[in-house]
Amino acid sequence: MKALRYRKFAAVSLAVGIGLLGAACNNSKSDSSGGSSADGAPLDPNAKVTISVDCMPPTTKAAERKEWMEDVAAFNKLYPNVTINGKDGFPCEDPAKFTAMLKAGTEADVFYSYFTDLQTVLDSGQAEDITKYVNNKTIPALDNIDPAVMDGMKDEGKLYALPTSNYKMGLIYNRKLFQQAGLDADNPPTTWEDIAAAAKKITALGNGAIGYGEYSAQNTGGWHFTAQMYGLGGSMVSDDGKKAAFNDANGKLVLQHLYDMRWKDQTMGVTQGFKWPDLMKNMVSGKEGMYLGAPDDITYMVQSLGGNYNDYGMGPMPGGKTTLSGGNDYFFKKGLSPDQIKAGVAWVTFKFLTQGKGQFDYARTKADGLPVGLPQPLFWVGSANDKDIADKSASATIPVANFKPYMSTNVQPKVEPVRAQEIYKVLDNAVSAVLTDQHADIDKLLSTAESQVNQVLANAQ
Amino acid sequence: MAVSTLPRHSAPARPASRRRTPVSNRLRRNLTGHGFLIGAVLCFIVFSWYPMVREFIMAFQRTRRGTTTWVGFANFERISNDPVFWQAWRNTIYFTVLALILGFAVPFFVAILLNELRHAKAYLRILVYLPVMLPPVASVLLFKYFYDPGYGLFNAILKTLHLPTSLWLNSADTAMPSVVIAATWMNMGSATLIYLAALQSIPGDLYEAAELDGASLWRRIWHVTIPQTRLILSLMLLLQIIATMQEFTEVYLLTGGDGPQGSTTTVVYLMYQYAFSFNNLGSAAALGVILLLVLVGFSAFYARLSRARD
Repeated sequence: MKALRYRKFAAVSLAVGIGLLGAACNNSKSDSSGGSSADGAPLDPNAKVTISVDCMPPTTKAAERKEWMEDVAAFNKLYPNVTINGKDGFPCEDPAKFTAMLKAGTEADVFYSYFTDLQTVLDSGQAEDITKYVNNKTIPALDNIDPAVMDGMKDEGKLYALPTSNYKMGLIYNRKLFQQAGLDADNPPTTWEDIAAAAKKITALGNGAIGYGEYSAQNTGGWHFTAQMYGLGGSMVSDDGKKAAFNDANGKLVLQHLYDMRWKDQTMGVTQGFKWPDLMKNMVSGKEGMYLGAPDDITYMVQSLGGNYNDYGMGPMPGGKTTLSGGNDYFFKKGLSPDQIKAGVAWVTFKFLTQGKGQFDYARTKADGLPVGLPQPLFWVGSANDKDIADKSASATIPVANFKPYMSTNVQPKVEPVRAQEIYKVLDNAVSAVLTDQHADIDKLLSTAESQVNQVLANAQ
Repeated sequence: MAVSTLPRHSAPARPASRRRTPVSNRLRRNLTGHGFLIGAVLCFIVFSWYPMVREFIMAFQRTRRGTTTWVGFANFERISNDPVFWQAWRNTIYFTVLALILGFAVPFFVAILLNELRHAKAYLRILVYLPVMLPPVASVLLFKYFYDPGYGLFNAILKTLHLPTSLWLNSADTAMPSVVIAATWMNMGSATLIYLAALQSIPGDLYEAAELDGASLWRRIWHVTIPQTRLILSLMLLLQIIATMQEFTEVYLLTGGDGPQGSTTTVVYLMYQYAFSFNNLGSAAALGVILLLVLVGFSAFYARLSRARD
């Protein structure tokens, strides 16, 4: 009898426990009380607000984490009634998880994303229109931020996000291999012909050296095809976004360059099918001469893969007509109260958009042993840009001269095409074909990809 | 006066199932059972049944700007117009056929071989099962190294033997067979053990009789082993087809999903792309529903075929 009672108790406890667990898993809503006046006014320091913010550095990134906590403390001196609940994670956005969170509505109040996620976030209905909360009073440096970058956060004239970093793609190269091959490490190649010539010399070093590396899997092949098209002055889709526009002389040139380097020059190695971050790993292993990337690739190579800043340099996008641009931003979750949005704007401004503070406190970054000197972010314009360069140089911990070729060439940024990922997936096939099939028919590949992208664009209408 | 020692007969009791008791009484009596059951049932509801129902609903919906609308069969139409849709089906069927040739036949013959062995049977069984105990990601990474055309083990062996090397995962022609070889190696241990158990249940006198009749090894397999294990073979065939039609892990890890020129894009990988790369959950759900219907249809056809044969 006693045993029976115990079993009943255990069973009921189990059921109740499961129920409570379910209830505990339910997210509690952020509170806000008090209140500021007009929408365009900065946050009232007396307003009591709680917001969750993701992309807080994890404990494994001790220095970055310390800086985040310091910034929260400094922010709380200005806004003592604002509670910032940091949600840590690295990398800040895992695309699959991000999509699932958007669907479930479980993202943070102020959530991190890539520039390219704008349409995804808007389609999910999870972003708040923050147009009326953003002005020179709430973001004092607003006029110093590149308007093109701010435009990238807008849709139909409404502002949905604030940028935290941006980049332009370029050519990342291994200075060590350049020197060994007798190439000028301070003057990287700027045309595809020069790249092919440099790749030959690097490959000739032997011992597994590969002149040039290229992605071709998980949509990254199409992504880099787009970058190369932009470099040559081409476009992926027509201006109205309804038709494919890459089946032209530039498109053929891109695939022909890759084909020639892979099969005629044999400067790309036999292993293909690379996806992010395979080329970075190859670069760190000291076997890869060049590939296309963004400045923060170098941070990743050093901090996560054990590379050395002295070994890498960066030049402008080959072709130099335009370059694919991208970056990171923070959205504001739909349904936040005006004070929560104001608190989020104030936090992002303090941490990411104020010179001398937060991410732009270069002296602190240097003291914490973190790299200073990478050409990213680069959203300041005019005198603010000059100041940023000066501040960065004063505290530089990495050889900034290695990025001089990249910085000194002003290549105009160009954003990704509409339906970018779907288009990249189609172009992956064309890129992987020229890298894996010696008998690849470039005209046919482009023509097939064109009709497939037209289908993708038609489906999207 | 005689006192009867016989039990007094009362009216015959009604069967328990016919007895009318209030629901609350029955619930109270079975509280323990229900309590323990509720955890499993909740898990099934939350993680299996509800997602299935949601998938069917989402297959007919589209979300734009936070507004979800019913779109009828538009998602199905959209995916059928996708140029990769038919390629993904062709690849999936190709994978399934190759996986059946290798993944179904090889474990069966390995099991027969193990069953015939007189010595070291236990050690060899462990050896065959060992790959199953490795985490799938570790196994796949191992094969990725084996397949590397530059420094991989397979090409090194071929070179040593003065045989032509292969591009393995780096060629549209050889990528899918390479994936199947890796998948077979990773999964054959479990199938082999199941076949082995079935083989050991075959009465030995059947083989003795066959041997007395002068049957060769092949005839013994054909006329004794296969008929005696037909039930388990049928079940394994069905399970294998269902599993291989849902291929994802190996292609995702070995070739990044698509492979050279999309040669390893499977239906489930395309579903993943729709959901997580294109943020088109409606189309992903529609593709999932199509796959489910194909598998249910196949299973029903197979069940009917098996019944007819029996």
